[in-house]
Amino acid sequence: MPDWMADLSVWLRVGEILLGAMLILLPLLAVVAYYTYAERKVVGFIQMRLGPSRVGPRGLFQPIADVLKLLTKEVVLPAQASRGLFLVAPLAALVPALGAWAVVPFDDGLWLANIDAGLLYVLALTSLGAYGIIIAGWASNSKYALLGAMRQAAQVVSYEIAMGFALVGVLMLSGSLNLAAIVQAQSGGILDWFFLPLLPLLLVYLVSGVAETNRLPFDVVEGESELVAGFHVEYSGSAFAVFFLAEYSAMILISALTAILFFGGWLSPFEGTQLAQAVPVLDSGIHWWLLKTAFFMFCFLWFRATFPRYRYDQIMRLGWKVFIPVTLIWIFVLGAARYTGFTG
Amino acid sequence: MAFQTLLFYLFGTVLLAAATAAVTLRNMVHAALSLILSFFTAAMLWMLLEAEFLSILLVLVYIGAVLVLFLFVVMMVERHTPTVHRRRNYRIVASAVAAVMVAELGMALLAPDFSPAAQPPPAPLEYSNTKALGSVLYTDYALAFEAAAVALLVAIVGAIALTLRVRPDHHRQNPARQSRVRKQDRLRLTDGRSEPPC
Repeated sequence: MPDWMADLSVWLRVGEILLGAMLILLPLLAVVAYYTYAERKVVGFIQMRLGPSRVGPRGLFQPIADVLKLLTKEVVLPAQASRGLFLVAPLAALVPALGAWAVVPFDDGLWLANIDAGLLYVLALTSLGAYGIIIAGWASNSKYALLGAMRQAAQVVSYEIAMGFALVGVLMLSGSLNLAAIVQAQSGGILDWFFLPLLPLLLVYLVSGVAETNRLPFDVVEGESELVAGFHVEYSGSAFAVFFLAEYSAMILISALTAILFFGGWLSPFEGTQLAQAVPVLDSGIHWWLLKTAFFMFCFLWFRATFPRYRYDQIMRLGWKVFIPVTLIWIFVLGAARYTGFTG
Repeated sequence: MAFQTLLFYLFGTVLLAAATAAVTLRNMVHAALSLILSFFTAAMLWMLLEAEFLSILLVLVYIGAVLVLFLFVVMMVERHTPTVHRRRNYRIVASAVAAVMVAELGMALLAPDFSPAAQPPPAPLEYSNTKALGSVLYTDYALAFEAAAVALLVAIVGAIALTLRVRPDHHRQNPARQSRVRKQDRLRLTDGRSEPPC
Protein backbone atom coordinates (compact mmCIF):
# COMPACT_ATOMS: atom_id res chain seq x y z
CA MET A 1 0.00 0.00 0.00
CA PRO A 2 1.53 3.37 -0.97
CA ASP A 3 1.95 5.74 1.92
CA TRP A 4 -0.43 8.39 0.57
CA MET A 5 -3.32 5.95 1.01
CA ALA A 6 -2.22 5.17 4.51
CA ASP A 7 -2.55 8.84 5.30
CA LEU A 8 -6.21 8.41 6.12
CA SER A 9 -6.75 11.67 7.96
CA VAL A 10 -6.08 13.65 4.78
CA TRP A 11 -8.73 11.69 2.91
CA LEU A 12 -11.17 12.09 5.78
CA ARG A 13 -10.61 15.83 5.54
CA VAL A 14 -11.25 15.68 1.78
CA GLY A 15 -14.50 13.82 2.43
CA GLU A 16 -15.48 16.36 5.04
CA ILE A 17 -14.91 19.21 2.56
CA LEU A 18 -16.96 17.43 -0.11
CA LEU A 19 -19.80 16.92 2.36
CA GLY A 20 -19.65 20.61 3.33
CA ALA A 21 -19.75 21.60 -0.34
CA MET A 22 -22.87 19.43 -0.81
CA LEU A 23 -24.50 21.08 2.20
CA ILE A 24 -23.99 24.47 0.54
CA LEU A 25 -24.74 23.53 -3.06
CA LEU A 26 -27.96 21.55 -2.63
CA PRO A 27 -29.82 24.35 -0.78
CA LEU A 28 -28.33 26.79 -3.30
CA LEU A 29 -29.84 24.83 -6.20
CA ALA A 30 -33.22 24.81 -4.47
CA VAL A 31 -32.96 28.57 -3.91
CA VAL A 32 -32.07 29.12 -7.58
CA ALA A 33 -35.13 27.11 -8.65
CA TYR A 34 -37.46 29.15 -6.46
CA TYR A 35 -35.65 32.39 -7.27
CA THR A 36 -36.85 31.99 -10.86
CA TYR A 37 -40.37 31.51 -9.51
CA ALA A 38 -39.99 34.57 -7.29
CA GLU A 39 -38.70 36.55 -10.24
CA ARG A 40 -41.75 35.76 -12.33
CA LYS A 41 -44.12 36.45 -9.45
CA VAL A 42 -42.45 39.73 -8.42
CA VAL A 43 -42.11 41.05 -11.96
CA GLY A 44 -45.67 39.93 -12.59
CA PHE A 45 -46.86 41.84 -9.52
CA ILE A 46 -44.98 44.98 -10.57
CA GLN A 47 -46.45 44.76 -14.07
CA MET A 48 -49.95 43.94 -12.71
CA ARG A 49 -49.99 40.37 -13.99
CA LEU A 50 -50.42 37.13 -12.06
CA GLY A 51 -47.21 35.35 -13.00
CA PRO A 52 -47.13 31.54 -13.02
CA SER A 53 -50.35 30.22 -11.51
CA ARG A 54 -51.19 26.90 -13.19
CA VAL A 55 -48.78 24.24 -11.91
CA GLY A 56 -49.66 23.40 -8.33
CA PRO A 57 -51.19 25.82 -5.79
CA ARG A 58 -50.37 29.40 -6.85
CA GLY A 59 -47.99 27.96 -9.41
CA LEU A 60 -45.61 26.75 -6.74
CA PHE A 61 -44.52 23.68 -8.72
CA GLN A 62 -43.64 25.73 -11.78
CA PRO A 63 -39.84 25.57 -11.20
CA ILE A 64 -40.00 21.76 -10.97
CA ALA A 65 -41.91 21.60 -14.23
CA ASP A 66 -39.35 23.95 -15.82
CA VAL A 67 -36.42 21.84 -14.65
CA LEU A 68 -38.05 18.64 -15.97
CA LYS A 69 -38.72 20.31 -19.30
CA LEU A 70 -35.15 21.58 -19.66
CA LEU A 71 -33.60 18.26 -18.68
CA THR A 72 -35.66 16.22 -21.13
CA LYS A 73 -35.08 18.51 -24.11
CA GLU A 74 -32.41 17.69 -26.64
CA VAL A 75 -29.09 19.57 -26.55
CA VAL A 76 -28.74 20.69 -30.16
CA LEU A 77 -25.19 20.98 -31.46
CA PRO A 78 -25.00 23.61 -34.19
CA ALA A 79 -23.32 22.61 -37.45
CA GLN A 80 -19.60 23.49 -37.46
CA ALA A 81 -19.66 24.44 -33.81
CA SER A 82 -16.47 23.77 -31.91
CA ARG A 83 -17.90 20.65 -30.31
CA GLY A 84 -15.75 20.22 -27.20
CA LEU A 85 -15.69 23.91 -26.29
CA PHE A 86 -19.43 24.22 -26.94
CA LEU A 87 -20.08 21.64 -24.23
CA VAL A 88 -17.38 22.88 -21.84
CA ALA A 89 -18.63 26.50 -21.91
CA PRO A 90 -21.69 26.03 -19.64
CA LEU A 91 -19.50 24.30 -17.07
CA ALA A 92 -16.88 27.04 -17.31
CA ALA A 93 -19.66 29.50 -16.43
CA LEU A 94 -21.07 27.40 -13.60
CA VAL A 95 -17.96 26.26 -11.72
CA PRO A 96 -16.68 29.74 -10.69
CA ALA A 97 -20.20 30.85 -9.70
CA LEU A 98 -20.49 27.85 -7.36
CA GLY A 99 -16.84 27.74 -6.25
CA ALA A 100 -16.94 31.24 -4.78
CA TRP A 101 -19.42 29.99 -2.15
CA ALA A 102 -16.59 28.09 -0.45
CA VAL A 103 -15.43 31.15 1.48
CA VAL A 104 -18.79 32.78 2.26
CA PRO A 105 -19.32 32.97 6.04
CA PHE A 106 -22.95 32.25 6.90
CA ASP A 107 -22.74 32.66 10.66
CA ASP A 108 -20.04 33.06 13.28
CA GLY A 109 -17.94 29.92 12.73
CA LEU A 110 -20.19 28.54 9.99
CA TRP A 111 -18.17 28.43 6.77
CA LEU A 112 -16.54 25.89 4.51
CA ALA A 113 -13.16 27.62 4.31
CA ASN A 114 -11.90 30.59 6.27
CA ILE A 115 -9.04 31.64 4.03
CA ASP A 116 -6.97 34.71 4.59
CA ALA A 117 -7.41 36.28 1.17
CA GLY A 118 -11.12 35.38 0.94
CA LEU A 119 -12.19 38.62 -0.69
CA LEU A 120 -9.55 38.29 -3.43
CA TYR A 121 -10.57 34.68 -3.96
CA VAL A 122 -14.18 35.70 -4.55
CA LEU A 123 -13.11 38.50 -6.88
CA ALA A 124 -10.83 36.14 -8.83
CA LEU A 125 -13.52 33.50 -9.23
CA THR A 126 -16.23 35.93 -10.31
CA SER A 127 -13.84 37.26 -12.95
CA LEU A 128 -13.37 33.72 -14.26
CA GLY A 129 -17.11 33.47 -14.94
CA ALA A 130 -16.61 35.60 -18.05
CA TYR A 131 -14.84 32.74 -19.82
CA GLY A 132 -17.92 30.54 -19.94
CA ILE A 133 -19.76 33.22 -21.87
CA ILE A 134 -16.85 34.10 -24.16
CA ILE A 135 -16.19 30.45 -25.00
CA ALA A 136 -19.90 29.83 -25.58
CA GLY A 137 -20.09 32.80 -27.93
CA TRP A 138 -17.12 31.70 -29.96
CA ALA A 139 -17.80 27.96 -30.01
CA SER A 140 -21.40 28.41 -31.19
CA ASN A 141 -20.19 29.59 -34.62
CA SER A 142 -22.96 32.17 -34.72
CA LYS A 143 -22.77 35.92 -35.32
CA TYR A 144 -25.26 36.76 -32.60
CA ALA A 145 -23.53 34.62 -30.04
CA LEU A 146 -20.11 36.05 -30.87
CA LEU A 147 -21.40 39.63 -30.66
CA GLY A 148 -22.94 38.87 -27.28
CA ALA A 149 -19.68 37.39 -26.05
CA MET A 150 -17.70 40.43 -27.21
CA ARG A 151 -20.03 42.78 -25.38
CA GLN A 152 -19.76 40.60 -22.29
CA ALA A 153 -15.96 40.62 -22.30
CA ALA A 154 -15.82 44.42 -22.59
CA GLN A 155 -18.50 44.93 -19.95
CA VAL A 156 -17.07 42.55 -17.38
CA VAL A 157 -13.51 43.87 -17.70
CA SER A 158 -14.77 47.45 -17.30
CA TYR A 159 -16.97 46.86 -14.29
CA GLU A 160 -14.52 44.56 -12.55
CA ILE A 161 -12.19 47.52 -12.03
CA ALA A 162 -14.89 49.62 -10.39
CA MET A 163 -15.94 46.62 -8.31
CA GLY A 164 -12.38 45.99 -7.15
CA PHE A 165 -11.91 49.65 -6.19
CA ALA A 166 -15.20 49.61 -4.27
CA LEU A 167 -13.89 46.67 -2.27
CA VAL A 168 -10.65 48.54 -1.51
CA GLY A 169 -12.80 50.78 0.69
CA VAL A 170 -14.03 47.73 2.60
CA LEU A 171 -10.43 46.64 3.09
CA MET A 172 -9.40 50.05 4.37
CA LEU A 173 -12.09 50.06 7.04
CA SER A 174 -11.80 46.42 8.11
CA GLY A 175 -8.05 46.00 7.67
CA SER A 176 -8.52 42.44 6.46
CA LEU A 177 -9.18 40.40 3.31
CA ASN A 178 -10.82 37.67 5.36
CA LEU A 179 -14.61 37.74 4.94
CA ALA A 180 -15.34 36.62 8.51
CA ALA A 181 -12.95 39.26 9.88
CA ILE A 182 -14.69 41.89 7.72
CA VAL A 183 -18.02 40.98 9.32
CA GLN A 184 -16.50 41.05 12.80
CA ALA A 185 -15.04 44.51 12.09
CA GLN A 186 -18.62 45.75 11.66
CA SER A 187 -19.88 44.60 15.05
CA GLY A 188 -21.49 47.10 17.38
CA GLY A 189 -24.94 47.68 15.90
CA ILE A 190 -26.42 49.05 12.70
CA LEU A 191 -24.44 52.31 12.84
CA ASP A 192 -21.15 50.41 12.75
CA TRP A 193 -21.94 48.61 9.52
CA PHE A 194 -19.88 49.71 6.55
CA PHE A 195 -22.78 50.94 4.41
CA LEU A 196 -22.75 54.35 6.09
CA PRO A 197 -19.08 55.36 5.66
CA LEU A 198 -18.95 53.56 2.31
CA LEU A 199 -22.28 54.69 0.85
CA PRO A 200 -20.90 55.73 -2.59
CA LEU A 201 -18.85 52.54 -2.78
CA LEU A 202 -21.89 50.45 -1.84
CA LEU A 203 -23.84 51.91 -4.76
CA VAL A 204 -20.91 51.34 -7.12
CA TYR A 205 -20.54 47.76 -5.89
CA LEU A 206 -24.21 46.94 -6.20
CA VAL A 207 -24.57 48.41 -9.70
CA SER A 208 -21.32 46.77 -10.84
CA GLY A 209 -22.64 43.50 -9.44
CA VAL A 210 -25.75 43.84 -11.59
CA ALA A 211 -23.52 44.59 -14.59
CA GLU A 212 -21.20 41.66 -13.86
CA THR A 213 -24.07 39.22 -13.77
CA ASN A 214 -25.50 40.69 -17.01
CA ARG A 215 -28.84 41.41 -15.46
CA LEU A 216 -31.19 44.13 -16.59
CA PRO A 217 -30.60 47.02 -17.10
CA PHE A 218 -27.14 45.83 -18.19
CA ASP A 219 -28.14 42.80 -20.23
CA VAL A 220 -26.84 43.94 -23.63
CA VAL A 221 -25.06 40.58 -23.67
CA GLU A 222 -28.39 38.90 -24.22
CA GLY A 223 -30.22 41.89 -25.67
CA GLU A 224 -33.10 40.00 -27.24
CA SER A 225 -34.18 42.90 -29.43
CA GLU A 226 -30.75 43.03 -31.11
CA LEU A 227 -29.02 39.69 -30.55
CA VAL A 228 -31.96 37.27 -30.18
CA ALA A 229 -30.47 35.82 -26.99
CA GLY A 230 -26.80 36.70 -27.23
CA PHE A 231 -24.21 34.19 -26.18
CA HIS A 232 -26.64 31.36 -25.44
CA VAL A 233 -28.70 31.67 -28.62
CA GLU A 234 -27.55 28.22 -29.82
CA TYR A 235 -28.01 26.46 -26.50
CA SER A 236 -30.97 24.31 -25.58
CA GLY A 237 -32.03 21.79 -22.97
CA SER A 238 -29.73 21.05 -20.06
CA ALA A 239 -26.79 23.06 -21.48
CA PHE A 240 -29.00 26.15 -21.42
CA ALA A 241 -30.18 25.22 -17.93
CA VAL A 242 -26.57 25.23 -16.72
CA PHE A 243 -26.06 28.79 -18.00
CA PHE A 244 -29.25 29.77 -16.24
CA LEU A 245 -28.03 28.17 -13.03
CA ALA A 246 -24.69 30.00 -13.29
CA GLU A 247 -26.36 33.38 -13.79
CA TYR A 248 -28.75 32.94 -10.87
CA SER A 249 -26.14 31.60 -8.47
CA ALA A 250 -23.93 34.57 -9.39
CA MET A 251 -26.81 36.92 -8.56
CA ILE A 252 -27.33 35.23 -5.20
CA LEU A 253 -23.59 35.42 -4.56
CA ILE A 254 -23.50 39.17 -5.23
CA SER A 255 -26.47 39.63 -2.87
CA ALA A 256 -24.78 37.53 -0.19
CA LEU A 257 -21.53 39.47 -0.53
CA THR A 258 -23.29 42.82 -0.36
CA ALA A 259 -24.87 41.69 2.89
CA ILE A 260 -21.50 40.53 4.24
CA LEU A 261 -19.29 43.39 3.08
CA PHE A 262 -21.55 46.37 3.71
CA PHE A 263 -24.39 45.23 5.97
CA GLY A 264 -22.67 43.21 8.66
CA GLY A 265 -23.42 39.66 7.44
CA TRP A 266 -24.89 37.65 10.30
CA LEU A 267 -24.82 40.61 12.75
CA SER A 268 -28.08 41.91 14.11
CA PRO A 269 -28.94 45.61 13.73
CA PHE A 270 -29.92 45.59 17.43
CA GLU A 271 -26.62 44.07 18.49
CA GLY A 272 -25.62 45.01 22.03
CA THR A 273 -28.94 46.66 22.92
CA GLN A 274 -31.20 45.40 25.71
CA LEU A 275 -33.83 44.44 23.15
CA ALA A 276 -31.45 41.92 21.58
CA GLN A 277 -30.63 40.45 24.98
CA ALA A 278 -34.31 40.08 25.87
CA VAL A 279 -35.53 38.56 22.58
CA PRO A 280 -33.04 35.94 21.31
CA VAL A 281 -34.36 36.08 17.73
CA LEU A 282 -33.26 39.71 17.48
CA ASP A 283 -29.69 38.78 18.36
CA SER A 284 -27.06 38.03 15.71
CA GLY A 285 -27.44 34.82 13.76
CA ILE A 286 -27.66 33.26 10.33
CA HIS A 287 -31.26 34.45 9.92
CA TRP A 288 -30.06 38.06 9.69
CA TRP A 289 -27.70 37.13 6.90
CA LEU A 290 -30.49 35.28 5.09
CA LEU A 291 -32.82 38.24 5.51
CA LYS A 292 -30.28 40.73 4.15
CA THR A 293 -29.35 38.46 1.24
CA ALA A 294 -33.01 37.97 0.38
CA PHE A 295 -33.51 41.74 0.31
CA PHE A 296 -30.70 42.24 -2.23
CA MET A 297 -31.96 39.30 -4.26
CA PHE A 298 -35.30 41.10 -4.37
CA CYS A 299 -33.49 44.27 -5.50
CA PHE A 300 -32.17 42.40 -8.55
CA LEU A 301 -35.77 41.61 -9.56
CA TRP A 302 -36.93 45.11 -8.71
CA PHE A 303 -34.23 46.64 -10.94
CA ARG A 304 -35.24 44.32 -13.75
CA ALA A 305 -38.85 45.43 -13.65
CA THR A 306 -38.03 49.13 -13.20
CA PHE A 307 -35.21 50.19 -15.50
CA PRO A 308 -35.07 50.05 -19.29
CA ARG A 309 -31.95 48.53 -20.84
CA TYR A 310 -28.93 50.80 -21.09
CA ARG A 311 -27.40 51.56 -24.46
CA TYR A 312 -23.94 50.08 -24.93
CA ASP A 313 -22.11 53.44 -24.94
CA GLN A 314 -24.02 54.46 -21.79
CA ILE A 315 -22.80 51.31 -20.04
CA MET A 316 -19.19 52.06 -20.94
CA ARG A 317 -19.52 55.69 -19.90
CA LEU A 318 -21.04 54.77 -16.55
CA GLY A 319 -18.32 52.24 -15.82
CA TRP A 320 -15.26 54.21 -16.85
CA LYS A 321 -16.22 57.85 -16.47
CA VAL A 322 -18.52 57.78 -13.46
CA PHE A 323 -17.84 54.75 -11.26
CA ILE A 324 -14.05 54.62 -11.40
CA PRO A 325 -13.58 58.35 -10.55
CA VAL A 326 -16.17 58.06 -7.75
CA THR A 327 -14.36 55.10 -6.19
CA LEU A 328 -10.93 56.73 -6.55
CA ILE A 329 -12.10 59.92 -4.86
CA TRP A 330 -13.80 58.01 -2.05
CA ILE A 331 -10.66 55.94 -1.44
CA PHE A 332 -8.75 59.21 -0.96
CA VAL A 333 -11.46 60.51 1.38
CA LEU A 334 -11.26 57.30 3.41
CA GLY A 335 -7.48 57.47 3.51
CA ALA A 336 -7.61 61.04 4.78
CA ALA A 337 -10.24 60.08 7.37
CA ARG A 338 -8.10 57.23 8.64
CA TYR A 339 -4.94 59.34 8.66
CA THR A 340 -6.55 62.09 10.70
CA GLY A 341 -8.10 59.52 13.04
CA PHE A 342 -11.67 60.38 12.06
CA THR A 343 -12.52 56.69 11.70
CA GLY A 344 -11.13 54.04 14.03
CA MET B 1 2.41 16.00 2.78
CA ALA B 2 1.84 12.91 0.62
CA PHE B 3 -1.52 14.21 -0.57
CA GLN B 4 0.19 17.42 -1.64
CA THR B 5 2.77 15.46 -3.62
CA LEU B 6 -0.07 13.78 -5.47
CA LEU B 7 -1.62 17.18 -6.22
CA PHE B 8 1.77 18.49 -7.32
CA TYR B 9 2.17 15.77 -9.93
CA LEU B 10 -1.41 16.22 -11.10
CA PHE B 11 -1.02 19.98 -11.59
CA GLY B 12 2.45 19.53 -13.04
CA THR B 13 1.17 17.13 -15.69
CA VAL B 14 -1.73 19.40 -16.62
CA LEU B 15 0.60 22.42 -16.73
CA LEU B 16 3.08 20.74 -19.07
CA ALA B 17 0.34 19.40 -21.32
CA ALA B 18 -1.43 22.78 -21.51
CA ALA B 19 1.80 24.67 -22.13
CA THR B 20 2.76 22.27 -24.91
CA ALA B 21 -0.70 22.63 -26.43
CA ALA B 22 -0.43 26.43 -26.26
CA VAL B 23 2.59 26.45 -28.57
CA THR B 24 1.64 23.56 -30.87
CA LEU B 25 -2.09 23.94 -31.53
CA ARG B 26 -2.98 25.40 -34.95
CA ASN B 27 -6.23 27.04 -33.91
CA MET B 28 -5.39 30.37 -32.27
CA VAL B 29 -8.37 30.33 -29.91
CA HIS B 30 -7.57 26.81 -28.75
CA ALA B 31 -3.95 27.87 -28.17
CA ALA B 32 -5.07 30.90 -26.14
CA LEU B 33 -7.39 28.75 -24.05
CA SER B 34 -4.55 26.30 -23.38
CA LEU B 35 -2.43 29.23 -22.26
CA ILE B 36 -5.20 30.18 -19.82
CA LEU B 37 -5.31 26.63 -18.49
CA SER B 38 -1.54 26.57 -18.02
CA PHE B 39 -1.67 29.90 -16.12
CA PHE B 40 -4.41 28.53 -13.91
CA THR B 41 -2.51 25.34 -13.06
CA ALA B 42 0.60 27.43 -12.39
CA ALA B 43 -1.50 29.43 -9.91
CA MET B 44 -2.53 26.16 -8.25
CA LEU B 45 1.14 25.16 -7.94
CA TRP B 46 1.87 28.49 -6.24
CA MET B 47 -1.00 27.72 -3.89
CA LEU B 48 0.75 24.47 -2.96
CA LEU B 49 3.87 26.54 -2.20
CA GLU B 50 1.79 28.49 0.37
CA ALA B 51 1.93 31.63 -1.78
CA GLU B 52 -1.86 32.15 -1.69
CA PHE B 53 -1.79 35.86 -2.32
CA LEU B 54 0.35 35.65 -5.46
CA SER B 55 -1.62 32.66 -6.64
CA ILE B 56 -4.99 34.39 -6.37
CA LEU B 57 -3.53 37.53 -7.89
CA LEU B 58 -2.30 35.53 -10.89
CA VAL B 59 -5.84 34.27 -11.43
CA LEU B 60 -7.43 37.68 -10.83
CA VAL B 61 -5.10 39.84 -12.94
CA TYR B 62 -3.78 37.58 -15.68
CA ILE B 63 -6.62 35.14 -16.21
CA GLY B 64 -9.47 37.39 -15.11
CA ALA B 65 -8.46 40.50 -17.03
CA VAL B 66 -5.39 40.33 -19.29
CA LEU B 67 -6.19 37.04 -20.99
CA VAL B 68 -9.86 37.95 -21.42
CA LEU B 69 -8.71 40.83 -23.61
CA PHE B 70 -6.16 38.57 -25.28
CA LEU B 71 -8.86 36.05 -26.15
CA PHE B 72 -11.04 38.93 -27.32
CA VAL B 73 -8.37 39.96 -29.85
CA VAL B 74 -7.63 36.41 -30.97
CA MET B 75 -11.33 35.77 -31.62
CA MET B 76 -11.58 38.90 -33.76
CA VAL B 77 -8.86 37.81 -36.19
CA GLU B 78 -9.72 35.57 -39.07
CA ARG B 79 -10.53 32.00 -38.35
CA HIS B 80 -8.18 30.59 -40.99
CA THR B 81 -4.80 30.27 -39.37
CA PRO B 82 -2.16 31.89 -41.54
CA THR B 83 0.45 29.56 -42.96
CA VAL B 84 3.63 30.04 -41.04
CA HIS B 85 6.70 30.54 -43.20
CA ARG B 86 9.47 28.52 -41.69
CA ARG B 87 12.63 30.33 -42.54
CA ARG B 88 15.99 28.95 -41.65
CA ASN B 89 17.41 32.02 -39.96
CA TYR B 90 14.40 32.27 -37.67
CA ARG B 91 15.03 28.74 -36.55
CA ILE B 92 18.65 29.54 -35.70
CA VAL B 93 17.67 32.60 -33.67
CA ALA B 94 14.90 30.67 -31.94
CA SER B 95 17.19 27.79 -31.00
CA ALA B 96 19.78 30.24 -29.67
CA VAL B 97 17.19 31.96 -27.48
CA ALA B 98 15.87 28.60 -26.29
CA ALA B 99 19.39 27.39 -25.48
CA VAL B 100 20.10 30.51 -23.42
CA MET B 101 16.82 30.07 -21.53
CA VAL B 102 17.46 26.39 -20.83
CA ALA B 103 20.98 27.22 -19.59
CA GLU B 104 19.64 29.96 -17.30
CA LEU B 105 16.92 27.72 -15.92
CA GLY B 106 19.44 24.94 -15.34
CA MET B 107 21.73 27.30 -13.47
CA ALA B 108 18.85 28.48 -11.32
CA LEU B 109 17.64 24.95 -10.56
CA LEU B 110 21.11 23.69 -9.68
CA ALA B 111 21.67 26.59 -7.30
CA PRO B 112 21.62 25.65 -3.58
CA ASP B 113 18.38 27.66 -3.10
CA PHE B 114 16.50 24.99 -5.03
CA SER B 115 17.89 21.91 -3.29
CA PRO B 116 15.41 19.95 -1.15
CA ALA B 117 17.48 20.87 1.91
CA ALA B 118 16.82 24.57 1.30
CA GLN B 119 13.05 24.12 1.67
CA PRO B 120 11.80 26.38 4.45
CA PRO B 121 9.73 24.86 7.24
CA PRO B 122 5.96 25.22 6.70
CA ALA B 123 4.66 28.53 7.98
CA PRO B 124 2.59 28.54 11.19
CA LEU B 125 -1.17 28.41 10.73
CA GLU B 126 -1.84 32.03 11.66
CA TYR B 127 0.88 33.36 9.35
CA SER B 128 -0.65 35.77 6.81
CA ASN B 129 1.01 35.69 3.44
CA THR B 130 -0.91 38.78 2.34
CA LYS B 131 0.12 40.85 5.33
CA ALA B 132 3.77 39.83 5.05
CA LEU B 133 3.91 40.76 1.38
CA GLY B 134 2.15 44.06 2.01
CA SER B 135 4.45 45.12 4.81
CA VAL B 136 7.57 44.31 2.77
CA LEU B 137 6.26 46.08 -0.36
CA TYR B 138 5.36 49.26 1.48
CA THR B 139 8.49 49.49 3.65
CA ASP B 140 11.66 47.84 2.32
CA TYR B 141 10.74 48.06 -1.36
CA ALA B 142 8.58 51.18 -1.28
CA LEU B 143 10.75 53.03 -3.79
CA ALA B 144 10.86 50.18 -6.32
CA PHE B 145 7.12 49.66 -5.87
CA GLU B 146 6.39 53.31 -6.58
CA ALA B 147 8.75 53.33 -9.55
CA ALA B 148 6.83 50.40 -11.03
CA ALA B 149 3.55 52.25 -10.44
CA VAL B 150 4.88 55.36 -12.19
CA ALA B 151 6.09 53.24 -15.12
CA LEU B 152 2.59 51.78 -15.46
CA LEU B 153 1.04 55.25 -15.32
CA VAL B 154 3.38 56.44 -18.09
CA ALA B 155 2.37 53.40 -20.14
CA ILE B 156 -1.33 54.21 -19.68
CA VAL B 157 -0.85 57.85 -20.68
CA GLY B 158 1.29 56.77 -23.61
CA ALA B 159 -1.29 54.26 -24.84
CA ILE B 160 -4.04 56.87 -24.69
CA ALA B 161 -1.88 59.50 -26.39
CA LEU B 162 -1.02 57.08 -29.22
CA THR B 163 -4.58 56.01 -29.93
CA LEU B 164 -6.44 59.27 -29.32
CA ARG B 165 -7.42 60.79 -32.63
CA VAL B 166 -9.61 63.86 -32.81
CA ARG B 167 -11.62 63.62 -35.99
CA PRO B 168 -13.56 66.63 -37.26
CA ASP B 169 -16.45 64.46 -38.49
CA HIS B 170 -16.75 62.72 -35.16
CA HIS B 171 -20.23 62.75 -33.63
CA ARG B 172 -20.39 62.56 -29.89
CA GLN B 173 -23.13 62.10 -27.36
CA ASN B 174 -23.68 64.65 -24.67
CA PRO B 175 -25.34 62.65 -21.91
CA ALA B 176 -26.08 65.72 -19.79
CA ARG B 177 -28.00 67.32 -22.67
CA GLN B 178 -29.71 64.04 -23.48
CA SER B 179 -31.06 63.58 -20.01
CA ARG B 180 -32.18 67.23 -19.77
CA VAL B 181 -34.63 66.70 -22.63
CA ARG B 182 -38.23 67.15 -21.56
CA LYS B 183 -41.46 66.17 -23.20
CA GLN B 184 -42.11 69.70 -24.49
CA ASP B 185 -38.86 69.65 -26.48
CA ARG B 186 -39.80 66.64 -28.57
CA LEU B 187 -43.56 66.30 -28.51
CA ARG B 188 -46.22 68.62 -29.88
CA LEU B 189 -49.88 67.87 -29.30
CA THR B 190 -52.30 68.94 -32.00
CA ASP B 191 -56.06 68.97 -32.01
CA GLY B 192 -56.26 66.01 -34.39
CA ARG B 193 -56.98 67.86 -37.66
CA SER B 194 -54.52 67.37 -40.47
CA GLU B 195 -52.06 70.19 -40.92
CA PRO B 196 -50.18 71.26 -43.97
CA PRO B 197 -46.59 70.03 -43.75
CA CYS B 198 -44.38 72.76 -42.38
